[in-house]
Amino acid sequence: MYTFSNKLKIASFILMAVGLLGIGVGFLSAPGTVEEAKAIVASQSNGHGDAHAVESDANEHGEHVAEEAHGHEASHDSSHDEHLLHQLQNKPWAALYVAAFFFMMISLGVLAFYAIQRAAQAGWSPLLFRVMEAITSYLVPGGIIVFVILVMSVLHMNHLFVWMDTDVVANDHLLQGKKGFLNPTFFLIRAAIFLGGWILYREYSRKLSLRQDESTDDSNFKLNFRISAAFLVFYLISESMMSWDWIMSVDPHWFSTLFGWYVFASMFVSGITVIAMVTIYLKSKGHLTDVNDSHIHDLAKFMFGISVFWTYLWFSQFMLIWYSDIPEEVTYYITRIRDYKLPFFGMIVMNFVFPLLLLMNSDFKRVNWFVIMSGVVILAGHYLDIFNMIMPSTVGNQWFIGIPEIGAVLFFAGLFIFWVFRALSKAPLQPKRNPFIEESRHFHY
Amino acid sequence: MASHYEAPIRKALVIGDKGYHDVTVDIAAPVEGRANKHWWIVFSIAMVAFLWGMGCIIYTVSTGIGTWGLNKTVNWAWDITNFVWWVGIGHAGTLISAVLLLFRQKWRMAINRSAEAMTIFSVIQAGLFPIIHMGRPWLAYWVLPIPNQFGSLWVNFNSPLLWDVFAISTYLSVSLVFWWTGLLPDFAMLRDRAVLPFQKKIYGLLSFGWSGRAKDWQRFEEVSLVLAGLATPLVLSVHTIVSFDFATSVIPGWHTTIFPPYFVAGAIFSGFAMVNTLLIIMRKVCHLESYITVQHIELMNIVIMLTGSIVGCAYITELFMAWYSGVEYEQYAFLNRATGPYWWAYWSMMTCNVFSPQFMWFKKLRTSIMFSFFISIVVNIGMWFERFVIIVTSLHRDYLPSSWSMFSPTFVDIGIFIGTIGFFFVLFLLYARTFPVIAQAEVKSILKASGDKYKKLRDAGKPLYQINGVTEIVETVKEEEKTIDIDDKEVSALFDTIGVFNADTDTADDLKKVKGIGPKMEVTLNEIGIHTFAQVSKMTEKEYDLLDSITGSFPGRAQRDDWAGQANKLNSNK
Repeated sequence: MYTFSNKLKIASFILMAVGLLGIGVGFLSAPGTVEEAKAIVASQSNGHGDAHAVESDANEHGEHVAEEAHGHEASHDSSHDEHLLHQLQNKPWAALYVAAFFFMMISLGVLAFYAIQRAAQAGWSPLLFRVMEAITSYLVPGGIIVFVILVMSVLHMNHLFVWMDTDVVANDHLLQGKKGFLNPTFFLIRAAIFLGGWILYREYSRKLSLRQDESTDDSNFKLNFRISAAFLVFYLISESMMSWDWIMSVDPHWFSTLFGWYVFASMFVSGITVIAMVTIYLKSKGHLTDVNDSHIHDLAKFMFGISVFWTYLWFSQFMLIWYSDIPEEVTYYITRIRDYKLPFFGMIVMNFVFPLLLLMNSDFKRVNWFVIMSGVVILAGHYLDIFNMIMPSTVGNQWFIGIPEIGAVLFFAGLFIFWVFRALSKAPLQPKRNPFIEESRHFHY
Repeated sequence: MASHYEAPIRKALVIGDKGYHDVTVDIAAPVEGRANKHWWIVFSIAMVAFLWGMGCIIYTVSTGIGTWGLNKTVNWAWDITNFVWWVGIGHAGTLISAVLLLFRQKWRMAINRSAEAMTIFSVIQAGLFPIIHMGRPWLAYWVLPIPNQFGSLWVNFNSPLLWDVFAISTYLSVSLVFWWTGLLPDFAMLRDRAVLPFQKKIYGLLSFGWSGRAKDWQRFEEVSLVLAGLATPLVLSVHTIVSFDFATSVIPGWHTTIFPPYFVAGAIFSGFAMVNTLLIIMRKVCHLESYITVQHIELMNIVIMLTGSIVGCAYITELFMAWYSGVEYEQYAFLNRATGPYWWAYWSMMTCNVFSPQFMWFKKLRTSIMFSFFISIVVNIGMWFERFVIIVTSLHRDYLPSSWSMFSPTFVDIGIFIGTIGFFFVLFLLYARTFPVIAQAEVKSILKASGDKYKKLRDAGKPLYQINGVTEIVETVKEEEKTIDIDDKEVSALFDTIGVFNADTDTADDLKKVKGIGPKMEVTLNEIGIHTFAQVSKMTEKEYDLLDSITGSFPGRAQRDDWAGQANKLNSNK
């Protein structure tokens, strides 16, 4: 039995407290009026040299939906200022949303990995089931927080989703065509169904997993196998739709059929990375004694393989859009390469080049601290990936990784650690009666 | 390799009472026996189809592409449809041999050889189409980037069609090397069993002089892993680039970002269906039911169900995005697919690819051999229609309604397609008569862990090996053991530490239980006066050395196996 050490608990509370402070600072420093917004931009450009300000003036032409809506009636200058105000007001919200989604996504990725292990009857991984179950437990608070942010968007407390603004839709022919799908009621109903389905599977599978330890036959195990296979079908559909809803629709004119699978690759690799990190941490504290280097090696192989898979999907999406150069589609990458050069290309280096070089060697995949270090790079890279998905359409070129962004990450990291390790302490770390547990214990090569 | 332990709930992968020699005999049988009437009938049919196809190809090349049903609007139809269909089928072989190897799926071992053969033969069929379509196939080398002095043009590196040339030729080469590497020990087995000198010579050449030494095996395993690592990204890249042929364009219905992974999933889907089609027949004809079991078919059906669902998800995503995009051309392309003049092709595709694999959710159906065969044929048809739908329905109604048209294939189109099917079966049938159709060396490597015979022996608590005539061996040992010259002084020094065995008070232990002590060594030890675990457990470095000098055999053996430690455990468990 694992007990949640006080040291870690306090650390998680400190992270949450510092994070909350950062989030609060972000909201308090957001401008309330156009004048304040202009003042903020002016002070920034004084600080950083005026290149940024000049660029921001030159670039605000017809890229963003919000501007299109306002831009036609009002004079150009005032619409630009108002747009700037909206971007700066969105900034703390977007920072919160990116971090909230990122940590929820980790646990959702682990849920998929867990269901695949069960449905495939994998023999190597049952020793890690409790770790995976603990990480997926975060889906409850993490999912609810994301849901609450979405409800707040529907209530117009923020402008993350521009299509929720009826004025914008009234002036936008394309958005009117999408009304059947992109409308607040249906949007929230879908969100509730997705979250409900995931959480239901998670809780039920966990219950069966614990019950299997006490039972005298394999009936719980078999039922778990069946529901996992069924869940994967639900997941295949719901994950794609979730990514269209919660991410792709922040830029409601843009569309890409690959988007859902691309987001999946991101959450899958982040999830596997966190499984490896939590496992290594527990091992370093003397738990999970049967987990050996071969298990870590396998997880690291998955980190490597799925990182390459992520790159494959990233490249497929980018290359096809770049090659075809259709204006409606290519704006997505033009905005990112113009305004987000560093995070956009930095993310590819962190998510592809680093894992490729660091984890290529099979000996390195068995060195625990090395896996942790690679994991940190991968997680940071996939945070940036989500950042690059949300920010360009919500804050435009006003992005910056500062107090609100870091604060939000810290807060959710603290909550994540608290929730996951609390769940770990609730059940024995090693399943007893899983029929494959012996295979998992003998696992070495 | 992973450990040899296997959970009891796992089903046997080799059923029946099969030992190592049985595997050899069963797999060599189709090669060593003679072809029966059925083989000749099927081979003749395939040969006729092949010759008919050759005739059509010769007609096309000598007359021109005008012999096909292509027109100004639909300027790409069966040729590219067949090409993509054949390349797709090829994917299952590499997936089974490389990706399933990386995932340590032991069930792949019964089917990888034939699946890889299928890969190579179907890629050959696929390669025919671009070459015929060139019109002047004798200039096919122009697709290679050769200096201008050779031809008059430098190839267009911007075109995915050119990327295809590199991707597919690389894929074919790596697949061929991978396949042949696996074949080496199996060819050597056929060579060693061959009676006629000619066959011995041929299989000796094919096996590259495989000797079966440890060094051979070590290199074999190393090369297999490296090739698997290379083949995995290759298998993804090939169909990705095939999908680029369409997706890099700006034609509604072709340009969509999901194409690369969706084409790969579709390729695996159709490839597994073809593997099922071939192997369900082959296991019957070649009497390989013990190796290609119902469980293998079930697992392949599950892969078909999974990839079919992924493909279905992609269809629906495309459909939804066409609506969501708000692009009217995109919307029309999909509306036209489902309800236009080619609605029958679209709904055949949907029925065969999305609905039919869903039957595999039922255990009864996916373990039924007849039903699996039926579905595998259905999927093969469906996947052909998928490519036809994508290619022809997107082209036949372009931006200019006055040029809208339909496509109707000529007898040449049909003849070439039938011809490639014939060619494929000619190759596969020849392969089935001359090659070991199951990777016997690999099957043997899992026999002890996953073979039914050994599983039963293990469950019964019996040893996995029983050597007949044990008594004989013991007797010869006894004769030898008398020749050992024992130095009394050394022996007494030994007993100072480990203690003397008193036959009246102590009982002798079975020293053979200590790993490293065989019957011969036990007799020697008894001869010296060591009879119990307690004595062995007291041995240290010094005693081991003494023992070595007394017995003179296997120096250092006792340290390596830690006899003392083992004996200590055995003693406490007594």
